[in-house]
Parts: sequence; structure tokens; C-alpha cells
Amino acid sequence: MENLGYLLAAYTVIWAVIFGYVLFMQRKQRGLQRQIKRLQESVYKSEIDDK
Amino acid sequence: MKGKHVLRDNVLLGLGLALMIAALYMVFVYVPTEKHTGIVQRIFYFHVPLAWSSFLAFFVTFIFSILYLWKRATKWDTIAHASAEVGVVFTTLVLITGPIWAKPVWGVWWTWDARLTTSLVLWLTYIAYLLVRSYVTEPARGARFGAVIGIVGFIDVPIVFLTVNLWRTQHPTTIIFEGGLTTPMLMTLLVCVAAFTVLYVLLTIQSANLKSVEADIKQLKSTQAE
Repeated sequence: MENLGYLLAAYTVIWAVIFGYVLFMQRKQRGLQRQIKRLQESVYKSEIDDK
Repeated sequence: MKGKHVLRDNVLLGLGLALMIAALYMVFVYVPTEKHTGIVQRIFYFHVPLAWSSFLAFFVTFIFSILYLWKRATKWDTIAHASAEVGVVFTTLVLITGPIWAKPVWGVWWTWDARLTTSLVLWLTYIAYLLVRSYVTEPARGARFGAVIGIVGFIDVPIVFLTVNLWRTQHPTTIIFEGGLTTPMLMTLLVCVAAFTVLYVLLTIQSANLKSVEADIKQLKSTQAE
């Protein structure tokens, strides 16, 4: 079991980076959903104002 | 159309999950320990598929960059950009797992040999691609500059692949094609390659979808401002 630490370190880094990237995309998606909601609200508001 | 995409994404997710569980089982349970370098050799089963997937990612960027310059359709640029982003993530992991494997085997974390140096150059090239994409504010200009880097930068991929055969390097040669692996080792490697290929496709689709929505929102905002 010599060098087990190196093996564990390598696999930990791989999963940490992949999960980090997935989280980054998830955060980006949430931000975009917020922006869509704001746009929908402003469109709705301008429609009411037009009426 | 949307339902079709959801089904495709779910099938890919299920396939990727099954392949990744199989890959982990094979790496840690099924495959025998290599005689000369011991347990640390098991890094190889994720290190090589990560390198393969990054080459595939940059090849996709290369093809879709050509398509973008030819047809000027934003969808081709979105795929090229998403693929380069995933390629950078995978190359980063190649550059991290390589030294972790090298330290106990070579006695050093890093050496400036041809394979390692050209891999670092490849990573820096696509980091430059992503930086150009994020700093150029006009989307069409950013896409054009990115496409040029995506095409020119790909020249380094065959160089990285061939370095071990062209020069005397510390890095192992391409033993996969020379019968240097036993059947269990080869089977494990192939399952890992399949798992990372599916993961690459999944991440690229997700990233491309986000970039497409982001571009639509920008467009809507500018229309609204006018």
C-alpha cells in the first residue's frame, strides 16, 4: 500500500475539480434564471403601462 | 423538441453514471496492481482518459471554429466555446494528476520534457482562448478571435500526442497501441475512456445551453434598451 496517499490525492482532486465545475455551471444557471425573471417582470410592467 | 433534448440528456446522464461506477469498480477492485510502480499506477486509468477527452474537446473546438468562420452561425461558435471550456477543465486535471503520479515514480513533481511542456503550452493556449472570449465585449468579434485561436491552437494537439515517439522523454510511450497492457488493464482503460467521453459530452451540452441562454438574454436586454 506504498504511495496510497498519492493515489487518493489524485482521485480526490479529479472529483473536486469536476464537482467544482458543475457547481459553477449551476450558479451560472441560477443567475440566468434570475435575469430572465427580471426581464419578464419589466416586459409585463411595460405592457401594463402601455394599456 | 425540448422533450427530445430532456430524454437525450437523461439517457446520457444514466449512461455516464453507470459507466463511471463501473470505471471506479474496475480501477479500485477489478484491475491487478502493476508490478513495477505499484498502486500509484492506478492514476493512469483516469489520467489517460482525461487527456483523451481534452484532445477530443479541442478537436471539436477546431471543427466548430472552422464551421463558424465559414457559416457565421452563432450556434457553431457556442459549441466551440463550450467544448474549449470543458477541454480546459480536463487539461487542468491532466496537469495536476500527472505530477501526482510522477513524484513517487520519477522522484520529481515536474520536469521540462517534451510531453509535459507541450501539454502546458496546450493548456495556456486554451486559457488564452477563454480569456479572449471573456474580455472582448462585442460577441461577434470575440467569436471571430476565439475561432482563430481554436484553429491555430489545435496544431499543438498532434504535437503533444507524438512527443513521446518523436523525442526521448521521461514520459511513458503510447503503450496502449503497442500491446503493453494486459487484458484487464486494457478493459479498465477502455471503460474509463468511455465514461470520460460521455462526461465530456454531457458537460459540453450543459455549458453550450447556458452560453446560448446567456447570449439570448444579452440580446433581449440590448433590444429593450433601444
